[in-house]
Amino acid sequence: MDIDKRTKELAARLTYIRDIFGPRENASVALLRTRLEEFLAQAPQLGMRELSRQVGRLEELFGLLEGKLEGELSPMDRVRIVRHPQRICLKDILENVYDNYTEIGGQDEWSIDPGMLIARATIARRMGKKTVHQPVMVLGQEKGHGQEFRNGGSIKPWGNANALYYMRVAEWENIPIHTYVFTPGAYPVEDYPGAAQQIAKNLYVMAGLSVPIVSVFSEGGSGGAEAIALADRRLMLSHGYYSVISPEGAAAIEGGLKAKASPELIEKCAERLRITARDNLELGFIDRVIQEPPLGARPEHYEFFRQLRSEVIRATDEAVHSAEGLGPLRALALRQRRHADPQEIFVRWSLSDKARRTLVRKRYAKFRAMSRSAFRDNRSLGTRLATAVARMLWQAHSLLRHDLLARYQRRLSRLVEQLEAEVRALRYGLGGPLARLLGLGEAAGGGGARRMAVPPEALERLTSLSCPEAGACRLEEQWVYVSPKSRQDRTLTCPNAATHGCQDLWAPDLFGEFAGVCSTCGHHFPMEFQWYLYNVFDFAKALEFNAELESANPLNYEGFDLKLEEAKRATGLGSSCITFETRLDGLKTVVAVLASPFRGGTVGAAEGEKLIRAVERARIKRTPLILYSHGTAGIRIQEGTCGVIQMPRVTMAVRRYISAGGLYLVLYDTNSYAGPVASFLGCSPYQFAVRSSNIGFAGPGVIRETTGMEVPPRYHKSFSALSRGHIQGIWDRRDIKKNLNQALLTMGGGNLYYR
Amino acid sequence: MLNVKEMLDELSASPYEEIEIKTPHTGVVQFVGLKPGDRVSGPGGKWHEKPGTLLANLTREKNKKPICAPQKGEVKDVRGELEGQFVEAGVPLMTIRHFLSKEEVIARILKKALHLFCAPERAKYYFVPEVDAKIKAGGEQSVKLKDGMEMFIVSRMKRETPLAYSGPEGIIYAVYFQQGDNVDGGQPLMGVCQESQLPLIQDVVNRVQGEWEERD
Repeated sequence: MDIDKRTKELAARLTYIRDIFGPRENASVALLRTRLEEFLAQAPQLGMRELSRQVGRLEELFGLLEGKLEGELSPMDRVRIVRHPQRICLKDILENVYDNYTEIGGQDEWSIDPGMLIARATIARRMGKKTVHQPVMVLGQEKGHGQEFRNGGSIKPWGNANALYYMRVAEWENIPIHTYVFTPGAYPVEDYPGAAQQIAKNLYVMAGLSVPIVSVFSEGGSGGAEAIALADRRLMLSHGYYSVISPEGAAAIEGGLKAKASPELIEKCAERLRITARDNLELGFIDRVIQEPPLGARPEHYEFFRQLRSEVIRATDEAVHSAEGLGPLRALALRQRRHADPQEIFVRWSLSDKARRTLVRKRYAKFRAMSRSAFRDNRSLGTRLATAVARMLWQAHSLLRHDLLARYQRRLSRLVEQLEAEVRALRYGLGGPLARLLGLGEAAGGGGARRMAVPPEALERLTSLSCPEAGACRLEEQWVYVSPKSRQDRTLTCPNAATHGCQDLWAPDLFGEFAGVCSTCGHHFPMEFQWYLYNVFDFAKALEFNAELESANPLNYEGFDLKLEEAKRATGLGSSCITFETRLDGLKTVVAVLASPFRGGTVGAAEGEKLIRAVERARIKRTPLILYSHGTAGIRIQEGTCGVIQMPRVTMAVRRYISAGGLYLVLYDTNSYAGPVASFLGCSPYQFAVRSSNIGFAGPGVIRETTGMEVPPRYHKSFSALSRGHIQGIWDRRDIKKNLNQALLTMGGGNLYYR
Repeated sequence: MLNVKEMLDELSASPYEEIEIKTPHTGVVQFVGLKPGDRVSGPGGKWHEKPGTLLANLTREKNKKPICAPQKGEVKDVRGELEGQFVEAGVPLMTIRHFLSKEEVIARILKKALHLFCAPERAKYYFVPEVDAKIKAGGEQSVKLKDGMEMFIVSRMKRETPLAYSGPEGIIYAVYFQQGDNVDGGQPLMGVCQESQLPLIQDVVNRVQGEWEERD
């Protein structure tokens, strides 16, 4: 019986190896197969002792060759390991790493999203003879060893919302959060609250969550991973991957979307994207790699679970230590972590109020320091120094002007206000004899009479038309910048012509006077970003900053340098992001623009850095911050994780700005999709869209591919986003300036310089 | 009086509908090489979001616009002499034969023979108790309709109002809604025909169901 079981196990091991190495021919795999076949053929003739001896030798051979095969794993093999149904999943971890757990996010298919598993777990630690049970909130995607209803760990928006709720619960209870990332990507549906919108909310809340968060990556697929992975300590399993897009997705984009990508191209993309644990450690996006057994951890590798347990405990200890500080001896023990068993050293995981604030600050600093070398900084040393000095001066000015001086000013004005109110009360007869004595009050009454005396010119201005002799108000002179498209001599057809009966429009009219708006139905034809720069943001008088930060090719992605140079030459921009300071009706404002002609407005390390610097500038100078997305196709896939890490990085900066009391307003135009919408764009409380724009997480093609669902024609229109509650309003292009001014005056927190 | 034979003969003599494709406005015509006998398809997709086969392009003021097939069928003739010519609005470019399906034939016959009584607004519709009892006892055809006769109860947002029948006298040929279901405004509630014509209509429908050959 025993021999039977052992042979079956060996056969299963061989199947697993063949699954991982796919169609590739490999000498070691062939050797294992022939040896096993030979043994199976001989087995009936062998005696018990001989059988046992041969199985033992086969097991040794398997062990040896698995070790050898481990060295031959390509990145794509690792992807196959991670997706294999025998791969460990979150339930195995809960069973083997934690001492006790209760699922609270639903059970199996009876859950709002069976892919998201949430549990309250405990870890027991010794304190002398006493055992202390430390509670943790554990959450992550559950692939369930191939259970269909779990969608392979693709989380629907409501699953992420549930995870977010229990992260908040952990914050109220002051217990650490352990998240396990097992997702190929989020489930791209736009049903309420919308995939992108929910991930953005998750990131925004996690950026300020004041309890230690430790995340462990096995399969980190882009936005879906980020939704739970913004953590103080990020660990990664040695056979996992963490990437901006699946290798298949990258290959589909690389090879043209229509044709099916070849396996070779997929392999190549997996290599180029640098998705393995070692790559991510080198790039600095994770803190530590947890070594797995050869060819990846499976549920029977108990030794691995023990190691995982001590690693997550250690990571949580470190996160706590970074915020609170431990005693000198325990700190020493934590430093010499290779020797000490973290379970033996007790660390309390609930933090004091001060430590919670420190933790959030350190988390921001940690992410701020990432991907700093992934873009090109063309500034001279002098400029850098001058920028740093200017920043310090502004900080000092801001402190003096808005914190110290303003405080006294506020007190003074409050005093004056109170006095004035008192005097007014006196005038309305409340003062009795005193008022009469001073000649104030109703009896002295000038109030009514004075109100009548309106100066005649004001009366004229209020009661007659502003320019009765000038005829109808003409608009053609109002645009400073006129689109070059208006120079073509042709007509255009509005896409709504069939339903709205729109007449053909003559290009000089349409792109000139009409500002690209159909005069019948109001459809907005796309306009260049320069139109907005000059006609809305007064770019001619603006001060552009950080233009010297340019996109680079941090992963040395093959062929990308050329494409980048091409984009820079064609657009005259260094990156897809333009940041500047301008005045809107006299109010100083920081504006960031994502320009779609530069590589589709994709966001990489340079764009992320420029955005963060713009956000920090707005925070220090206490100005409003407007982010105009002229169009963005998502995160730049050629930058790999250097791109995807911008989602948490920029969102954290934005969170800091908003909680300081600023006004962060996002304006969408043309097409905005994927990563940016699922992070720093989608987290704003004030999001507006220019009419006829599209907003979403994934385009119709991707949705059809991943979910098998047909997408209705107007699925991504801004009006759908409005009815879903994603955006707050839809603006006519010609009214943007007016609406922005109104927004600056009425929205946002109390930390703006003009308030 | 409905003449069944004549009607069927007429339909089977020309079992198609001819759709004339006309220019929507002035412009220069460019055909895309369709010949008589070619098959074209109408708008497709779940929401009819994919336009039909491209038939020709019409260019006016350097604005090239596609003209697509409104329904599936076969090209009957193409006015090839107009290729590259500037034409006025409303000039026929080609003819498409759209072959009628069983449903379309029946719909046409019923349209001629029936009076459809439609729902005035989106609501739940019920027959008034007397009518309901009659239908249950003797079938739909047992109800004789007169103009102004109280027929339905319209139930919407916790409010119930009576609705009277208006139209020619006759009997109910068919009821097109389920009692208690929501019916959109403008959808037919029932078809009404003259009592004498009932067997005739049923005969036509049966014959179409049995004999009509669909051409694809």
